Amino acid sequence: MRISIRNIVKAFEGGLGRPALNGVSLDIRSGELVALLGPSGSGKTTLLRVIAGLEVAQSGTLLFGDEDASDMSVQERKVGFVFQHYALFRHLTVADNIAFGLNVRDRATRPPPAEIRRRVDDLLELVQLASYGKRYPAQLSGGQRQRVALARALAVEPRVLLLDEPFGALDAQVRRDLRRWLRDIHHRTGHTTVFVTHDQEEALELADRVAVLSGGKVEQVGTPDEIYDTPASPFVYRFVGESGSVPVEFRDGRMWLGKYALPIPTDFESSQAGDLFLRPQDVEIVEREAPDAVAARIVGLRRSGATRRAEISIGGVSGPIETVALPQAVLSVGEEVGVRIRKGQFFPRA
Amino acid sequence: MAFSFRRKSAIPGFGLALGYTIAYLGLIVLLPLAALVLRAAEVGPSGLYTLVTDPRVLGALRTSFGLALLAAATNAVFGMIVAWVLVRYRFPGRGLVDAAVDLPFALPTAVAGIALAALYAPNGWIGSLFEPYGIKIAFTPLGIYIALVFIGLPFIVRTVQPVIAECDREIEEASATLGANRWQTVFRVVLPPLTPALLTGFALAFARGVGEYGSIIFIAGNIPYISEIAPLLIVIKLEEYDYAGATAIATVMLVVAFAILLAINLVQAWSRRRLGHA
Repeated sequence: MRISIRNIVKAFEGGLGRPALNGVSLDIRSGELVALLGPSGSGKTTLLRVIAGLEVAQSGTLLFGDEDASDMSVQERKVGFVFQHYALFRHLTVADNIAFGLNVRDRATRPPPAEIRRRVDDLLELVQLASYGKRYPAQLSGGQRQRVALARALAVEPRVLLLDEPFGALDAQVRRDLRRWLRDIHHRTGHTTVFVTHDQEEALELADRVAVLSGGKVEQVGTPDEIYDTPASPFVYRFVGESGSVPVEFRDGRMWLGKYALPIPTDFESSQAGDLFLRPQDVEIVEREAPDAVAARIVGLRRSGATRRAEISIGGVSGPIETVALPQAVLSVGEEVGVRIRKGQFFPRA
Repeated sequence: MAFSFRRKSAIPGFGLALGYTIAYLGLIVLLPLAALVLRAAEVGPSGLYTLVTDPRVLGALRTSFGLALLAAATNAVFGMIVAWVLVRYRFPGRGLVDAAVDLPFALPTAVAGIALAALYAPNGWIGSLFEPYGIKIAFTPLGIYIALVFIGLPFIVRTVQPVIAECDREIEEASATLGANRWQTVFRVVLPPLTPALLTGFALAFARGVGEYGSIIFIAGNIPYISEIAPLLIVIKLEEYDYAGATAIATVMLVVAFAILLAINLVQAWSRRRLGHA
């Protein structure tokens, strides 16, 4: 099911002036796995709830396929919604939770009991909880509960699957497992899926496309590669990965960091000042006298998974910037070094 | 493995607390009840049987227990709605309404009884509205019922209210996204988790209703066989110096009330287990 979101505006009563959604437009293709990524307060959850019909937008339209869904009730929209805290019915068994959406249908559309039982068994199989049907939610772990919640949402054969921070309440290991597993389920079932997350790693790893939200607006929509490699704004650059920035300016066809000319090709004609945004792998620690080296000082060292990281202050003008330190390099805090800036992304200062 | 009272715990004084609890319960609750049963035993089993099967006594017991159950059931429904409204809606005067719920707790029961009797008497504000249709409220079992509903309301509201406040609204939204209509959401999703609290409130309201005296005697009319309650009959027996008869009725009330409360507690424990509270 294709979903078209057009100029949605949603302000909460007693909100602080700024609407939670301030003219959001987004197209979600059929069968796509889309992440809504943003910090808290960016409006991502509100957008998901507007799609589900749990919030009503003040203006704008929402299309499910070619059908106007703006005024449909929650029940009519036939979405599958998975909540961050599972929202399982604790007085029902796992099987009854999953069957709930089928059991509440009126007699004309409700499948016969044997059929419901079969569907529940299939779904339990799908979420790898085949022997847990008779348990109650209180007897399950967090990850198992979230899998039940997903099975429950899938049982009604939703037109679109909406997940609100589905892994937010789980610990790191379970999160990683469930992420892979959700990807797998999406491949198998092919549901159009939208999920909300504040975790950029999760969004980039899982989604076909990512929509980055900030302050009730869409900052950028694109594939994980586009979002990471060519961020459309300083906000996106900062949000989707580790980054630092140095103040630079263009003069005489070159980019200058203070008195240093950087080895970065530029196509700007006029003089312009702005910030050069850098990822850790864009900055290389070199000898002080190496060609194109900019003077820097090491202000911190730390271990991050397989790599070592150095925090450096460049040219005395920038705050700490992360770099990847070579394993064999002997570095110490306070040491004066040179850095070579190989690439970066320039954003003119507003 | 031998049972042991000693457990490792962060809180000291388990032995002291347990001893205190048993001593306190024994002195305050069990000792008077034991005295009551002993006194009733003086008449012997056959004497007890004749006393209790007296039609007037049976009538009074039926009135007391029947109406208390009926009133508690009424309150279970309407008290639940009051609690729901107080938790879920914000409206002007909510604080006042919330405070007013406790009034039946605080008011001397005799005051409540006189006020209700005045309102529901055939010439009272409300009673006069029903009079033309031949419906008499005060001085009939209906009057007792109304007094018991009045007395029992706060028990339901105050036990259910905090549980509703704790309820996760997301489960209602989940129910709606799964296609359930509002009634289905209320009866299949919202109410079942409230059952244990509702049963507690029901048991409290019922227990209070069985023992209620002050508010009823003014509105009941106290007609033997019809609108005479068991506690009143006990008082009458006492005034006639028939201590054995009084304690016999009291003992029967005690046994029946205990049995009903125990049954409610068992149902409650079962539903609590089902909800994973245990």
